[in-house]
Amino acid sequence: MEKILQVNNLHVSFKTHNGMVRAIRGVNFDLYKGETLAIVGESGSGKSVTTKVLMGILAKNGMIDDGEVLFDGMDLTKLTKQEITAIRGKKIAMIFQDPMTSLNPTMTVGYQILESLVEHQNLSKKEAKAKAIELIELVGITEPEKRYKQYPHQLSGGMRQRIVIAIALACNPRILIADEPTTALDVTIQAQILELIKELQQKIGLSIIFITHDLGVVANVADRVAVMYAGKIVEYGTVQEIFLEPYHPYTWGLLASVPEMEDTSNELYAIPGAPPNLLEPPKGDAFAVRSEFALKIDFEEEPPFFKISDTHYAATWLLHENAPAIEMPAMLKERIKKMKKGVPHER
Amino acid sequence: MISLATLFVILTLLFILLELMPGSPFNDEKLSEEQKELLYKKYDLDKPLQVRYVTYLKNVIIEGDFGQSYTIQKNVDVSKLLKDRLPISVRLGIQSLIVGSIIGILLGVIAAVYKNSKWDTFTTIFAVIGVSVPSYVFALGLSYFLGYKLKLFPFTYDIYSPVQSSILPTFALSMFVIATVARFMRTELVEVLSSDYILLAEAKGLNTKKVIFKHSIRNALIPVITVLGPLTVGLMTGSLVIERIFGIPGIGDLLVTAISVNDFNIIIGIAFFYSLFYILMALIIDTLYGVIDPRIRVAKEGRNG
Repeated sequence: MEKILQVNNLHVSFKTHNGMVRAIRGVNFDLYKGETLAIVGESGSGKSVTTKVLMGILAKNGMIDDGEVLFDGMDLTKLTKQEITAIRGKKIAMIFQDPMTSLNPTMTVGYQILESLVEHQNLSKKEAKAKAIELIELVGITEPEKRYKQYPHQLSGGMRQRIVIAIALACNPRILIADEPTTALDVTIQAQILELIKELQQKIGLSIIFITHDLGVVANVADRVAVMYAGKIVEYGTVQEIFLEPYHPYTWGLLASVPEMEDTSNELYAIPGAPPNLLEPPKGDAFAVRSEFALKIDFEEEPPFFKISDTHYAATWLLHENAPAIEMPAMLKERIKKMKKGVPHER
Repeated sequence: MISLATLFVILTLLFILLELMPGSPFNDEKLSEEQKELLYKKYDLDKPLQVRYVTYLKNVIIEGDFGQSYTIQKNVDVSKLLKDRLPISVRLGIQSLIVGSIIGILLGVIAAVYKNSKWDTFTTIFAVIGVSVPSYVFALGLSYFLGYKLKLFPFTYDIYSPVQSSILPTFALSMFVIATVARFMRTELVEVLSSDYILLAEAKGLNTKKVIFKHSIRNALIPVITVLGPLTVGLMTGSLVIERIFGIPGIGDLLVTAISVNDFNIIIGIAFFYSLFYILMALIIDTLYGVIDPRIRVAKEGRNG
């Protein structure tokens, strides 16, 4: 498969009153053409910051300390402001979490789509309008001509998110970054929007980076999953590998904390403790303090990535040949067994 | 309709309040009791309150007649007095409002876009000074330095060059407007610039200029328009002093004189015009809201989204 984007050793920090916050501490991943890569993790794990680097819309106090983002033969971290502005929206587009606030309330939705077209494609107003109406139809909104002239407050949340998607797709981007696009929507609408994204991906051949903390959504849309914790990726693999054969204790914790329908007897599992303060990143494995499986070495030295299969890697000392044989918690094992039986789709 | 009712109430209140005020227009010691009596009779001031009130209202509503001046310019119609002076004051007020808003918005935008820079600091200092220093201090300063020392502008109002002579008073009056608008604009714009839809506009690949001019300023203006109402009131009261300082023959100056000599008809007439002006401003501001914010437009049309 063709690699479309490559992130190497990315380090990002933010200057705050209390000092430097090391938000991203060495992130590596690749994105292949036509795939959906899900990045999962708790709030503050660096998911959103990573995507903001790709878009070149990092907050003013943030800086890229090290690393590169290779796209189309360019290093996105080294581009000037003009150069990255030209790529943004045209080749890499983004949709955001809350459709209620991500559209400008004083502009018609049609104009907001048109704007992107005029900006990047040198279309005349008339052509752009026709294209915009086409896009509104493409994202599954009826009466596109009427909607074109409406303002965001006249549309429902689901429709607004469809408009945001239409804006993102306006210039046939190659990469779509979806930053928790369904979190603010209710469940039925959520499913529709996910369906729409998948459908469009097949139609256009987009590569998608899907940021979320909702593992249900991940199972639904992703081809590959990267699990992030405290500014690092701790495990990555195909969606089957992550859900059915997870190796990192943090991934275990995440999977175990998903509430289950049938299981009403047990208490809801939660990972103990809180993520570390990235003003002073911990030594060794950042997750060690919260992990019941932590080894002595976890507090001293950072684990490298251990290869499990060609597509599956995890950064945990548990995979070292000298490590004691520790298995995932029994409760999770039980769940995975159930999941395997009922695995709905082989992607 | 509500506006008309408001005007009616204001007129009634003014009439009654002035009636309750001690003193009369003819407090001249040289006048004998008989002379006063005659004067009262001449202006119907000897009749009971209710009768005079009804007559007054009738005159105002049917003929637009606000009565006559008792002392300032004897027997001249108040409406005629106002006709000459009103345009001067209204022009001064509107000029100050426009100049103040434009400069204020510009300063606010600069401060917000270059947040925490020296421009921002400058605007903040300017805003604090503008709000806290009374307009007559600016007026005196401007007329002393630019009018008297440098002779760039007429020192006091010159009826033959109304444009030049209105420049200094306009700036003195608009100082408060500039400061208030700049402060509001900065706060609002900073908030708008950190909102999600600005992030989306950036993600669309629009450059900073387009993001600010097309997506931000209009949205930041909505709350700023709200303060224009109170600011107009500030301009009216400010103009009382400013017109005195520059010797401008406007209604503010006339009102001050009228109050000191108890020329009731003029007081009521001018106060009425101030109210009218304020109500008109409120109406304009409400309309502006609709123009700028589509959410309000729809609510007014009675549709729901």
